[in-house]
Amino acid sequence: MTTLSDPQGESFRLSMLLNDTRYRSYTFQFIALVCVAALFAYLGSNLMANLRAAGLSISYDFLGDPSGYDINQTMIAYTSQSSHLRASIVGLLNTLLVSILACITATIIGVVAGVLRLSNNWLVSKLMAGYVEMFRNVPVLIWIIIIFTIMTAVAPSPSAFRGDDPDASMVFGMIAFTNRGVYVPAPVFEPLGWVVLGVFLASIVASILYRRHARKKLFDEGVLLPTTWPTLAIVFVPAILVFFVLGRPITLDIPELGGFNFSGGVTLLGSLIALWFALAIYTGAFIAENVRAGILSVSRGQTEAAAALGLRPRRIMNLVVLPQALRVIVPPLISHYLNITKNSSLAIAVGYMDLTGTLGGITLNQTGRAIETILLLMLFYLAISLTISGLMNVYNNAVRLKER
Amino acid sequence: MKTSVILGTMTLAAMAAGAAGAQTLSDVQDRGTLNCGVTTGLVGFAAPDANGDWSGFDVAVCRAVAAAVLEDPQSVEFVPTTGKTRFTALSSGEIDMLARNTTWTFTRDVDLKFEFAGINYYDGQGFMIPKELGVSSARELSGATVCIQTGTTTELNLADYFRKNNMDYEPVPIETNAEAQQQYIAGACDVYTTDASGLAATRAAFETPGDHVILPEIISKEPLGPLVRHGDNEWGDVVRWTLNALIAAEELGITSANIDEMKAGTESPEINRILGTEGNLGEMLGLDADWAYRAIKANGNYGEIFAKNIGESTPIGLARGLNAQWTDGGLMYAPPFR
Ligand SMILES: N[C@@H](CCC(=O)N[C@@H](CS)C(=O)NCC(=O)O)C(=O)O
Repeated sequence: MTTLSDPQGESFRLSMLLNDTRYRSYTFQFIALVCVAALFAYLGSNLMANLRAAGLSISYDFLGDPSGYDINQTMIAYTSQSSHLRASIVGLLNTLLVSILACITATIIGVVAGVLRLSNNWLVSKLMAGYVEMFRNVPVLIWIIIIFTIMTAVAPSPSAFRGDDPDASMVFGMIAFTNRGVYVPAPVFEPLGWVVLGVFLASIVASILYRRHARKKLFDEGVLLPTTWPTLAIVFVPAILVFFVLGRPITLDIPELGGFNFSGGVTLLGSLIALWFALAIYTGAFIAENVRAGILSVSRGQTEAAAALGLRPRRIMNLVVLPQALRVIVPPLISHYLNITKNSSLAIAVGYMDLTGTLGGITLNQTGRAIETILLLMLFYLAISLTISGLMNVYNNAVRLKER
Repeated sequence: MKTSVILGTMTLAAMAAGAAGAQTLSDVQDRGTLNCGVTTGLVGFAAPDANGDWSGFDVAVCRAVAAAVLEDPQSVEFVPTTGKTRFTALSSGEIDMLARNTTWTFTRDVDLKFEFAGINYYDGQGFMIPKELGVSSARELSGATVCIQTGTTTELNLADYFRKNNMDYEPVPIETNAEAQQQYIAGACDVYTTDASGLAATRAAFETPGDHVILPEIISKEPLGPLVRHGDNEWGDVVRWTLNALIAAEELGITSANIDEMKAGTESPEINRILGTEGNLGEMLGLDADWAYRAIKANGNYGEIFAKNIGESTPIGLARGLNAQWTDGGLMYAPPFR
């Protein structure tokens, strides 16, 4: 290389765009860009021409019209007279609900399974390996359908709870597992009940402050304060005391069988449960592998060094291994969360009314506005995905290895 | 996001590719097969047998059109569609016609830009419920869990009916009839609602059909018929008059048994015009003189098709009712062939 003398003041010639390696890649990228743009322009204009020929036009006016259909799980007020837009928002909320539930559950399952897979106990580690391989290698749609089918086939129908000598009975007298879903009691807050809730939330904050204090004390003065028991005490004791002192202001609305179905309490639809667990178990298997990889990425020397310092295994895990493993675990975790959100659109297989079921399903079908709804659907999912990756990137920056 | 993008692009591309000009007839003739959209499987209306041969009431319409246009009732490619996918399949050009228990409504005709070629079954929406629940009227269904196929007129009628009668219900949306059947049998829903003919066909496939009742209320009008894309009137005419030929054949007494005899010429000018021995109706349609002869010969006339697939002697056991010829007090009425 050093033998080459610098080309002195060579002026730019057009042929250099092809011959000179400095410019060639730009040339090709530019050509590719033009081709892609031309392709999309062609598709777009062709689409417009065909729509015009068929007498159709792009319009979002339908969003304001009454939807005309009912939805079985609505987190905001909704009737068949509400607009298509509102139906889409109901769907969006349902998508977010199942995604958040599944993300949390998948993370817990993944971390537990990932750590256990490295266990020295042969049976435990093989069991976890079995779980990972089984769930990772079967499409999630199949898991959704399997879980849903098992639920509808195995659980009794509400009518089995009827009569003097029913075939089925409620667990603890308050939870009913049926093939339509699980009916659980709902808390009912009397005015004073909110005080109890307030105390409980305040206690949680207090417990966090206490743990901070304990940590500071450990780092500054080397005094190890107990944390587990005090935390539990701070969180629960005041709330329980207030609850009884105020005369039990929170009661339970227990589901009751009336007419065709259970009423009262909270209903977790079978479709929600199937989708939630299938997504959680399936994605949990992937997360378990990431966790395992993350832990293995921390060299054994670190563990041995920590052990030599006299740390107990749990502390080694919490203080030495996990903080370093997180930087390997978190980036793929983001994409798993995104996958959960996107895979939740398989909801229609079990009749869960998510965004794809309302906007991309019934609304699309009843209005025939395929292009408009698909574009809107893409926009919604894009927004959710970008939000998730934005939030997770913030977290990733927080756990990143700090270079000092 | 990737899958959504790809899906979206594919939809756009599909819309773009369906440059549906006014030439379906020549497209079909060049291709040599008719792409006909049918159900995913509803015994009696459209269902494949163990060998993959489709048969049924709606299938017969497809075969009659194929016989008229392609001279071979077997040259049909059946495309199973769900309530949700059927309209995209038709407007994108994936299928040439749709014969799938589809209700003729204003919006489908005017807003979705389809052309209904006629009505081959006058139906209405009903409810089916297990006998043991002891319900005898749809008015007693308040609070019930109801299985419905999404993307249908059914779900809209249902919402209207319950709102009008101040009752509530829990909808369980389902893609296909087969799934609905499974959920209903498992008791995941109390009631199944769809077109009454569909209920009868579904119930006939149960192990113990006697354990289920179809409630007396019919809550809507569901005129079912074959449809094509808006804007291709030549093709629309072919499908419309093929269906009319089947209906007129019953009225005029042309059956698969006597058609060859009649083809030799009869006293009746209208029969002669239909069978192509008089006039040039076939030519006006852009077909040959024998088009209707082949269409009727394929599966018999309308009455024969009805009796063979869904009539009273079949397990589905539907009476002619509204679907009898107008001469018998029904609504089947083919315009004159002249
Ligand atoms: N007539 C209604 C409903 C049509 C419908 O979905 N019918 C059901 C039952 S009668 C069916 O054909 N299902 C067959 C399948 O699942 O593919 C409409 O056009 O929207």
